[in-house]
Amino acid sequence: MTDLRLPLGLLLAFYGVILIATGATAGTLVVGININLWWGGVLLIFGAAMMILARRASGGTQL
Amino acid sequence: MHLAAVDLLIIATYVGFVLAIGVMLKDRVAHSADFFLAGRSIPAWVAGLAFLSANLGAQEVVGMAASGAKYGMLTSHFYWVGAIPAMVFVGVFMMPFYYGSRARSVPEYLKLRFDEKTRAFNALTFAVMTVFSSGISMYAMGALLRLLLGWNIHASIIVSAVVVLAYIALGGLRSAIYNEVVQFFLIVFGFVPLVWLGLRDVGGWSGLAARVPDTYVRSWHYIGSADANPMGIEWFGMVMGLGFVLSFGYWCTDFLVVQRAMAADSMSAARRTPLIAAVPKMLFPFIVILPGIIALGLTLKPNPGAAAILPQASGGGYDYNMALPMMLGRYYPPGLLGLGITALLASFMSGMAGNVTAFNTVWTYDIYQSYLVRGASDAHYLRIGRATTVVGIAISVATAYAAMRFNNIMDMLQLVFSFVNAPLFATFLLGMFWRRTSGDGAFFGLLAGTLAAALHYELTAVAGGASLVGKLADLHTYPSDMAQNFWGAIWAWSACFAITIVVSLLTRPRPATELTGLVYSLTPRIADRQMAWYARPAAVGIVVLALTLILNVVFW
Repeated sequence: MTDLRLPLGLLLAFYGVILIATGATAGTLVVGININLWWGGVLLIFGAAMMILARRASGGTQL
Repeated sequence: MHLAAVDLLIIATYVGFVLAIGVMLKDRVAHSADFFLAGRSIPAWVAGLAFLSANLGAQEVVGMAASGAKYGMLTSHFYWVGAIPAMVFVGVFMMPFYYGSRARSVPEYLKLRFDEKTRAFNALTFAVMTVFSSGISMYAMGALLRLLLGWNIHASIIVSAVVVLAYIALGGLRSAIYNEVVQFFLIVFGFVPLVWLGLRDVGGWSGLAARVPDTYVRSWHYIGSADANPMGIEWFGMVMGLGFVLSFGYWCTDFLVVQRAMAADSMSAARRTPLIAAVPKMLFPFIVILPGIIALGLTLKPNPGAAAILPQASGGGYDYNMALPMMLGRYYPPGLLGLGITALLASFMSGMAGNVTAFNTVWTYDIYQSYLVRGASDAHYLRIGRATTVVGIAISVATAYAAMRFNNIMDMLQLVFSFVNAPLFATFLLGMFWRRTSGDGAFFGLLAGTLAAALHYELTAVAGGASLVGKLADLHTYPSDMAQNFWGAIWAWSACFAITIVVSLLTRPRPATELTGLVYSLTPRIADRQMAWYARPAAVGIVVLALTLILNVVFW
């Protein structure tokens, strides 16, 4: 294992996909928001960003 | 509360992930220094987030929400007066001695600076306290999961113990630290939606302020006298007791957190570790305290058609400890609920793992290697470290079962720990900044401080409160147990400070040549003028303090 950001990004992006899928199929609204869909999106973007940063840094310093 | 298949998938993925990290890091443990200190190779940002996360046990997360519901924004003082200034102090002023002395633990620093008996006192009390704390939090977790999800408490305790045991025994401190960083992000991503949805439901900050008494949304305005606020403490006792004595004592001397900085890859990274941790720490009141205040607001003035959030406690009043779990149940649909429960589990595990890794190191280096088996091979101490993980977790599990059986054992232990912890910061402050401080001074000062704390407890009472043990006398009655706790800490610190100075002046100091790198006046200053401002601890510290000041003023 070289860079912690890679597994971290993977886990969060995976959770993002699960939440998006749940939000898109169940469509539960909480206080007027489809929170699963929105928060899944946030997790997916953050997770992907972590993975991209880890990829760009690979070959550089190890964590 | 019922979990759907998707929630279980999210939770199971997390448990698998944690174990996978332990397995992947197994090959990087070749020497005892890899196991106990992560080979001093952790970059600053990783060490910083782990520094924060190790303290973020579930008692912290669940407890701060409970405190938010009970005391409101006054709870923010634990962060904006307590933790942040202490974290800046340890990074800027103390880390040069901890890291620079190459000590492998806080007790070992005490050995280098003072003498064998001071180290032994600190190592033994610390080892006992960490392993018991870990057991108490294990029990708290099992009890909460039983209440919330109907899970079997024995299964919760055993499974979590085995998971933490596996990833620490495999990858050592590095595995604990990497997992703590993941746990930090899970806690943030798991609890932020709660604040978002809750605030939306109460009508934003102004809607919240209209539902609760004004004392619950102000941090300083009502702290002029103890009668005016729900915490029952006045500003002096709060600033000195909580801020100066207890918070500095914890963040600057507790090996559980300091160990993360000692594992950093350079002096500069070690000094920045607490400063990096201070930035998210500053914002944590919004994640952990705010849900509690929202829960109170929705209990005092529920929305039309909605039930109150906080359940009634059996002895009258509300059951504040249910603030966070009840909020999760109210707002999280299947999917997000899995993430919320995972965040809760993550905080339990990070707290437990923090205790266990600190216990391992202190037991193996400061007790086993120092007093029981000296001069064995490095491989021997590595094996002992791994075995200690098993023993430490076994004692924790036993403590959890003891807590399950005897109701007040938790309160008793926490009371005794508070006696031992209160005076510590005086010893370190004098040790690092007054070269005349002698080993005898430090040792007898610590003893005096601990006794003063116990004596203070024995001689004072809390209005309307029951006592755990019989009292000698009631010389003074405090308005709340918080006030008694803070003032007890002030007395303990002062006794330790005074006795350390008196005994040091009566005994022979250590020669200056032995104290280089351990005391401020005998250690060369670290030149960091040529570094960018954001890499200079003092500059970052000033920025952090300025932001904290702004938060205090905004929520005055």
